[in-house]
Amino acid sequence: MRALAWAIAAVGLGLAVLFLGLEAAGFSATAGLSALWLGAFGSWDAFTSSTLVRAVPLILIGLGISVAFRGGALNIGAEGQFYAGAIAATWVGLQLAGQPRPVAIAVLLLAAALAGLCWIVIPVWLKLRFGVIEVISTLLLNFVALSLVSFMVQGPLQEQGHIYPQSDPIAESARLPLLPGSRLHAGLILAVAGGLVLWFLFARTLWGFRLRAVGLGPRAAEVSGRIDSQGVGAMALLISGAIAGLAGGVAVSGVSYALFQNLSPGYGFTGLAVALLGGLHPIGVVISGILFGALEAGAGAMQRDAGIPAVAVYVVEAVVIVVALLATVPRGGWIGLRAVVRKRIAPGKAPG
Amino acid sequence: MLELVGIDKRFGSVHALRGVDFTLARGEVHALLGENGAGKSTLMHVAYGLVRPDAGEIRIAGAARRITSPRAARALGLGMVHQHFTSVPALTVAENVALSAGWPGRPHEMRERTRLLSERMGLPLDPDQRAGRLSVSLKQRLEIVKALAGDAKTLLLDEPTGVLAPPEAELLLQMVRNFTASGGSAVLITHKLDEALLTADRVTVLRQGAVTLTGPVAGQTVESLAHAMIGGDPGVPLTGRETVKGSEPRSSRELIRLDSLEVSRESGYGIALRHGSLSVRAGEIVGVAAVEGNGQRELLRAVAGRIAPLRGKLQVAQPVGFIPEDRTSEGLIPALSLTENVVLGLGSEAPWVHGGRIAWREATARTAELIRDYEIIAPGPGTRAAALSGGNQQKLVVARELSRVPAVIVAENPTRGLDISAAAAIHARLRSAAAAGAAVLFYSADLDEVLHLADRVLVVTRGMISEAAPGASRSEIGAMMLRAEREA
Repeated sequence: MRALAWAIAAVGLGLAVLFLGLEAAGFSATAGLSALWLGAFGSWDAFTSSTLVRAVPLILIGLGISVAFRGGALNIGAEGQFYAGAIAATWVGLQLAGQPRPVAIAVLLLAAALAGLCWIVIPVWLKLRFGVIEVISTLLLNFVALSLVSFMVQGPLQEQGHIYPQSDPIAESARLPLLPGSRLHAGLILAVAGGLVLWFLFARTLWGFRLRAVGLGPRAAEVSGRIDSQGVGAMALLISGAIAGLAGGVAVSGVSYALFQNLSPGYGFTGLAVALLGGLHPIGVVISGILFGALEAGAGAMQRDAGIPAVAVYVVEAVVIVVALLATVPRGGWIGLRAVVRKRIAPGKAPG
Repeated sequence: MLELVGIDKRFGSVHALRGVDFTLARGEVHALLGENGAGKSTLMHVAYGLVRPDAGEIRIAGAARRITSPRAARALGLGMVHQHFTSVPALTVAENVALSAGWPGRPHEMRERTRLLSERMGLPLDPDQRAGRLSVSLKQRLEIVKALAGDAKTLLLDEPTGVLAPPEAELLLQMVRNFTASGGSAVLITHKLDEALLTADRVTVLRQGAVTLTGPVAGQTVESLAHAMIGGDPGVPLTGRETVKGSEPRSSRELIRLDSLEVSRESGYGIALRHGSLSVRAGEIVGVAAVEGNGQRELLRAVAGRIAPLRGKLQVAQPVGFIPEDRTSEGLIPALSLTENVVLGLGSEAPWVHGGRIAWREATARTAELIRDYEIIAPGPGTRAAALSGGNQQKLVVARELSRVPAVIVAENPTRGLDISAAAAIHARLRSAAAAGAAVLFYSADLDEVLHLADRVLVVTRGMISEAAPGASRSEIGAMMLRAEREA
């Protein structure tokens, strides 16, 4: 309930700031927001082909990130894992001509998830072996992944004509089925099902409970729960990477059908906002993923119809992230935080 | 120089300081003694502006002062050396000193001032060395130079020799004496009685937040100081027993058996426990008395299965109930509900786990039973553990660990920070568990609690376990505990 109130406040404040900003910059804010709304929810086609299509990767990445965060590990590298998944999906997708469709799709998605997992194995290993903080290592591997994509589309995976920096289209049989009359693909089912499965794991199973316990109190989880906190944290990261890789596979198999640079408009980073706004709750993440999908869809419409640069929408995303972070401030607010800091400075064992 | 009058401080239910009077005269070294948790550090934190007292007055050079921050304390000529290092590892020695003293100015001036100051004090330091690369004794030296950099006339030293080897400690104490000989004053917190006797002019002993002895060092002995530290205060509730009870084994069933067990330190470096041999039978309550850091923690955690021993034989009947020392970081997860905390502790063996799924309804019902049985004051099983008082949190940990009907119970400071009634309730639970056939092994920093609860008493000094004979008195045990200190 508390999380929901924060989420609504975050979005409301974000839209209010956007409104005031547009007015201050001399645009018609009313026209801008109405274009935003129409572009996201104005028609069945806008909702399915724009909003939901953009929501699918955001939901998947948001779910992946929330698994890591829940387990007390910070995966900032979803963008890189997404691209690793996309590269693997493209390569596999190119080999799958003539295979039965269910097999082809399953193989492609599996390859994408494995690639995302392999991409995060590096930071996990660094963390377990040398204590390297995963925030840094996952973040930096994003740039490696971007360069790798660039190399792939100009090298091994470049189209046969060797003109454009992109791959050939993947086999028909490896493409996700579409909702008739729209560009919405079956990845949505995967994203929603993923949310439900994770919800079940977190809320109903000992496995999911232990993951949450490690995130909230690693020492207590170890001493009282006899849980291997480090191992659980590593597992959370691996799953997180696999889900982000899967999102890359879904993007290739459901939307682009080919690999090229800038395949992701920063899904890995927007996914952080999605996860935080969703309160790291799987169902919350599905809803906030749709909301962010709507914002991205509406941004395009706003630029087209009201002449407002699409980047204005990032104001909303930024405000949402800030407010969502405020919601994670320890109980007792900033005063409580100050007490924590003071304890660090003078660890004189206050009560004894 | 420094007078503390009627200082009173409570932390929640803990009465940390009970109207303490403390006077530091000019030119003296004043030793402040007491067991862990007696309130020594808290008293000095009051003087240094880190803890605000509930009542009482601070006077400096005769004038009443309000000290609300360390900065205010430094401005009044106080300097403190904390129990833990407070330097920034990535900065140089000179930068650390300047940071702490608030020196403005250019780097070479800071270097020069630091060099001069450290040499004048007889504690030479290389100003350009990074603090993180200093050895432990040089780090300690840096702490002292930092404390003096603000032109301190009064030094508050919180166990400054705790981390030092004997010759280094001697050098440091010599420096303290030089400092006071040149007109400064110093408070020396320590639990090393010899050190106090050799260095200090006067001594004050705290016990459970109250002064039990104050006066000149002349005429005091290790025994008289130990007595003031460890026992004999009639106002304290647990002083039911003065000697070790001794037990006739009610059963021959051995539930804990250790043979020449060796355990490494929790920090990973060095050996905490060597040649540890021990046998505890069903129905016995065995208390461990030790000065902090002598290996008792590793002993208990090895028995509880939380640390794997290096070598030796360890046989412990299962299941084991473990009550860790720090309830909010190790015993419980404050952000989780009471039910979730019970589920956390009981793991996959619990009756509400069905093939990896948790039947929350069953777990909640069981938690509600525990809340009722143990008289835990809480709105309900869904309450977050953070919302409970310390005593009720501890009761929840005890309830959870006893609910698995353990054959062996291991408890570290089971009643630390609790009020009398909560402590009595936990003692009663441990007793009835032993009466029902469990073996109980516990450690307490409070020797009264050890004598009060235990049938047998073990003393751990420098990783060696020895047993106090039945009928051994409080001061005999105190002498055993401190033996290693004197041999050092």
